[in-house]
Amino acid sequence: MQFGVFSVSDITPDPTTGRAPTEAERLQAVLRIAEKTEEVGLDVFALGEHHNPPFFSSSPTTTLGYLAGRTQRLQLSTATTLITTNDPVKIAEDYAMLQHLAAGRVDLTLGRGNTGPVYPWFGQDIRQGIPLAIENYALLRRLWDEDVVDWEGKFRTPLQGFTSTPRPLDGIAPFVWHGSIRSPEIAEQAAYYGDGFFHNHIFWPADHTRRMVDFYRRRFEHHGHGDADQAIVGLGGQVFMRKNSQDAVREFRPYFDEAPVYGHGPSLEDFARETPLTVGSPQQVIDRTLGFRDYVGDYQRQLFLIDHAGLPLKTVLEQLDLLGEEVVPVLRREFAALKPAHVPEAPTHGSLVAARDSKVEVTV
Amino acid sequence: METRTLAVVSAGLSTPSSTRLLADRLTDGVVTALRERGVEARPEVIELRDHARDLADHLVTGFPNAALRPVLETVAGADGLVAVTPIFSASYSGLFKTFVDVLDRDALAGTPVLLGATAGTARHQLALDHAMRPLFAYLHATAVPTGVFAASEDWGSSTELTDRITRAAGELADLVAARPTTAAPDPFADPTPFEALLRG
Repeated sequence: MQFGVFSVSDITPDPTTGRAPTEAERLQAVLRIAEKTEEVGLDVFALGEHHNPPFFSSSPTTTLGYLAGRTQRLQLSTATTLITTNDPVKIAEDYAMLQHLAAGRVDLTLGRGNTGPVYPWFGQDIRQGIPLAIENYALLRRLWDEDVVDWEGKFRTPLQGFTSTPRPLDGIAPFVWHGSIRSPEIAEQAAYYGDGFFHNHIFWPADHTRRMVDFYRRRFEHHGHGDADQAIVGLGGQVFMRKNSQDAVREFRPYFDEAPVYGHGPSLEDFARETPLTVGSPQQVIDRTLGFRDYVGDYQRQLFLIDHAGLPLKTVLEQLDLLGEEVVPVLRREFAALKPAHVPEAPTHGSLVAARDSKVEVTV
Repeated sequence: METRTLAVVSAGLSTPSSTRLLADRLTDGVVTALRERGVEARPEVIELRDHARDLADHLVTGFPNAALRPVLETVAGADGLVAVTPIFSASYSGLFKTFVDVLDRDALAGTPVLLGATAGTARHQLALDHAMRPLFAYLHATAVPTGVFAASEDWGSSTELTDRITRAAGELADLVAARPTTAAPDPFADPTPFEALLRG
């Protein structure tokens, strides 16, 4: 099982000081968080894509390309790459390029984006969000899987004799996760292609996540990619830890109360009960995270959100220390002991190349 | 005897409230009228005041909490709806509108609805038809022709209010009794096949 962190790249004032980091400071902080993610022994760092303040990450492949050069083992991913408003040709090119630079450590998570004006800014119509995601991904797949593509669709200019370069590393496209909070069409899309399904998980009640994942698993089996429990599932999670759980609650509460997404709404206690948010000791985070398996089954990737709402870099790095030293080693052991042998690990470039090569040997 | 669920939404704020009083009278009227048509009604009364914080939380977080979820399911699954609001500043109350705002887009599509409103004076009466009725038209609900407005003075005067309640309740009962009970479509049980999505 893979463990990591994902960042939405928000630039939020620290509510305890009133000071917001500059773009430059926050950007450097996220780079430091990513490097530290590898140093403490986690597996994945994923970065969002946004095209409006207060977010800085308009170009995740640039950031991930830099990180590819600064890290050795870390899996680099997105949370998410906008499949609706980016040209799928550019996605094919950018991520194939990044995969070469990272020597196979890249995968990506596609999402539709939920910021209305981004659609018209990029010449699209938000009411076409689902059809854009379906058509653009169908083209993206062909651009990676076929050397020469003739194509015509509804949303972009046709292609005749087009070859997307560079060709995917070792002839294998980066593994794709599809992220959606509430659209069954996107879970259906992930299932149809046998791709991964990632549920953000963090802002919604568990029962909702359960329904989406269960649906994806059933449809994964329906489309013939394996049994439902062999589908590839990733989840988000949101934690704040101190050795002593009362200290965690006391320190995190001002950040929670002012947080951009849910601040000034429910109490921290109510929200922690309704969603996977866990504020407490490392042991509480371990127990809660193991509990996710009760409603989504054995899953392949767990990403934590730890750097939002204005939390200072020093605090975020301390969270990574706790994850690396106390939480993830236990989770690895416990999840591994529970997982049946026929449930696969998350695909990586290496595993996908090996699977392709073994298939070729069989047919030869 | 056939049974139908009747959701009753009351947005009154005081206790006791004349909005709830009107909601109760309308509920009794609909139950009686349905019984005359051979249908047993199961009223489910929802006091929005009890969910004021839940509704505010929903606006902020984007999802209904555990206390609000069953309420939204009751309304979405009802065979008929009685909706009663006080008139504030020439329209339905903010609490009432907040509740409507967090309903799923299709929650009331095709649902027969009886509209009721209360206010201090009869001068607010047209808010029922000029504000509340278009709202339910937007939701694709089927509002019965007779809306029931009760000003303070109506509670002490002639039988006109009772007559309007009886007429409106009969209109709602006609629609509810004639309409088969339908379960809300479940996109997870009956998905659009991917081949159809691909065709666009």
